[in-house]
Amino acid sequence: MPPTVLVADNGPGTVVRIHGRHVGDRIYRGAITFFAVCVPLLVALVAWEIAVAGWPTFRHFGLSFLTSSDWDLVKERFGAAPAIYGTLVSSAIALVIATPLAVGVSVFLSEFAPRWMRQPVGFLVDLLAAIPSVVYGLWGIFVLLPLLRDPVMPFLRDTLGLGKTPFFTGPAYGSSMLAAGLILAIMVLPYIASVSREVLLAVPRAQREAALALGATRWEAIWGAVLPYARSGIIGGIILGLGRALGETMAVTMLIGNRQEISASLLAPGYTMASLIANEFSEASSDAHLSALMAVGFTLLVITIIVNAIARWLVWRVGGGTASKPL
Amino acid sequence: MTLRTTAPIAFVASALIACGGGGSASHTGSGDSAKTASSAAAVDLTGAGATFPYPIYSKWFADYAKQTSIRINYQSIGSGGGIRQLSEHTVDFGASDAPMSDDELSKAKGAVMHFPTVIGAVAVTYNLPSLQTPIRLTGNVLADLFLGHITKWNDSRIKAENPGVALPATDVLVVHRAEASGTTYIFSDYLSAVSPDWAKAPGKGKELSWPAGIGAKGNEGVAGQVKQTPGAIAYVELAFAKQNNLPTAALKNASGAFVAPSIESATAAAAGIADKLPNNTDYRISIVNAPGAGAYPIASFTWLLVYRNQTDATKAKKLKDFLHWYLHSGEASAASLDYAPLPDAMKTRLDARVDSVTAGDTA
Repeated sequence: MPPTVLVADNGPGTVVRIHGRHVGDRIYRGAITFFAVCVPLLVALVAWEIAVAGWPTFRHFGLSFLTSSDWDLVKERFGAAPAIYGTLVSSAIALVIATPLAVGVSVFLSEFAPRWMRQPVGFLVDLLAAIPSVVYGLWGIFVLLPLLRDPVMPFLRDTLGLGKTPFFTGPAYGSSMLAAGLILAIMVLPYIASVSREVLLAVPRAQREAALALGATRWEAIWGAVLPYARSGIIGGIILGLGRALGETMAVTMLIGNRQEISASLLAPGYTMASLIANEFSEASSDAHLSALMAVGFTLLVITIIVNAIARWLVWRVGGGTASKPL
Repeated sequence: MTLRTTAPIAFVASALIACGGGGSASHTGSGDSAKTASSAAAVDLTGAGATFPYPIYSKWFADYAKQTSIRINYQSIGSGGGIRQLSEHTVDFGASDAPMSDDELSKAKGAVMHFPTVIGAVAVTYNLPSLQTPIRLTGNVLADLFLGHITKWNDSRIKAENPGVALPATDVLVVHRAEASGTTYIFSDYLSAVSPDWAKAPGKGKELSWPAGIGAKGNEGVAGQVKQTPGAIAYVELAFAKQNNLPTAALKNASGAFVAPSIESATAAAAGIADKLPNNTDYRISIVNAPGAGAYPIASFTWLLVYRNQTDATKAKKLKDFLHWYLHSGEASAASLDYAPLPDAMKTRLDARVDSVTAGDTA
């Protein structure tokens, strides 16, 4: 999926069009244009192919493909609602947990940390992004799930009394929406942190100094002057993390429990669109099944595009109405 | 600030791309293919399909290449893929854990014959640390456990089959395969045979709409879940259960005896059915809940799929030679990799069936 572009040109004055007069320039421009056109064409082609392959399913089931929870291979009935729900909820949990952590890490590194600490800690946070997804999954199975099963889930449900709400009911198996959300949080954290850190470091010194000169405390300066300045960049980082969370497959498949059911309880197992495709594609033999999986893929693509569009709009809004000027 | 933000985004974007490809491809024996390339000996036959019998097939093909210098390349891409590739005739033979349906047969380019190779059994494994002896279950109790009707291990119906055993009041957690699998097909075929409730819904298939429990990928994933969760119950291939020393339940068979899963009891299940086969059978037969005192009830053949009418006479000869070879030399080594060999009576009948493969009749 395309990462949201946070950077536009710096206003009309800075764009200089280069008109090639020499043959070499023309060839160069032609080649560059060709490559530039290739990317959107490729995206369109992929979308088209998936849509065509999934079309029989959309035609046969109509809207109920998106709203039905019935995924039955034996009777060849397909409804992707649990997977859509699981994708959105697990990603939401991930962002709710990861965002404060990531922004906290970034603020610490850019505002408080001594110089010698910035590089190594920043490097380690970035390193989280380099760990293969299947390793996260294994860690999840052998460390996270046993911890969740006992003591975390019983603690949340019984000791804290959250079991009285519909969100923390049912037996604590470990494999659950909560486990998937937690692993996703760890996985998207470096994306948000990395972008936020760079954005915060780019905030001009004058911004801080002005706030401090007005008598603001460190906290007030960061909260009132630095963070608002970096807001659109941080949101961009969150969106990047969200894109990653929506499409993450392996680690989620290993931890979410792979159950076709919508449950309000975060302790209950669920499913995501990406893990549904990953689990079933290799052994799908009937045309109807293949088409249904393609339809799930197309739905995932559309949801990703919608989320990205909302995100760009959000960045634009936060940016003060014009994407080209950072505040 | 605008310019500086591009650097981390480029970094994250490239990391995103690098981490995105989590696809797991099945590989064929890499050592063999390397040898093939270096000695410039072309592959004589290609096949694709089931992953479950892959270990024994790769041993067979390696042994066969040593003895006859005929090379067979097999890709374990899954039963569904094997059937697809055979139907499109991109391979010389297919392999599947479930017999082809009538619908699938009609889509193939010509008549397809099924050759049973080995017998796989599905073991029921569980996590009840307090139990000293294997738990005993009937087909109906097993179905109700997987239907979610029995939710505690000290249920009176489980107690009735296990007199004198102290069963804990633990919650039952059903673990099943998340992906379509031949193992699921065999297991649900059995439950459909013994439980009318199960036959109604979810029925039998490689992947089901499971009424209870959680899904995990592969035998390893399922076994991992069971090992970690007290009260869990699941089904895995016998070979996998044996190699990992998992506890397995003894099941009540059609003759009323409790039988533990083993190579012998799986072969016994095939023998019970083989004796009653009509002469014109196409071998698309289920051997779950088989008669015979020693028969383990959840067993199934796995098949090689071959066109009856071969287009290439040379390949047909090589293929038939191999089919004869596996029936005689191959079966002998099956048990060494925890697969149950075919009963002797079947081998002679299948020999005659191999001879009925013809070649060169069509262009």
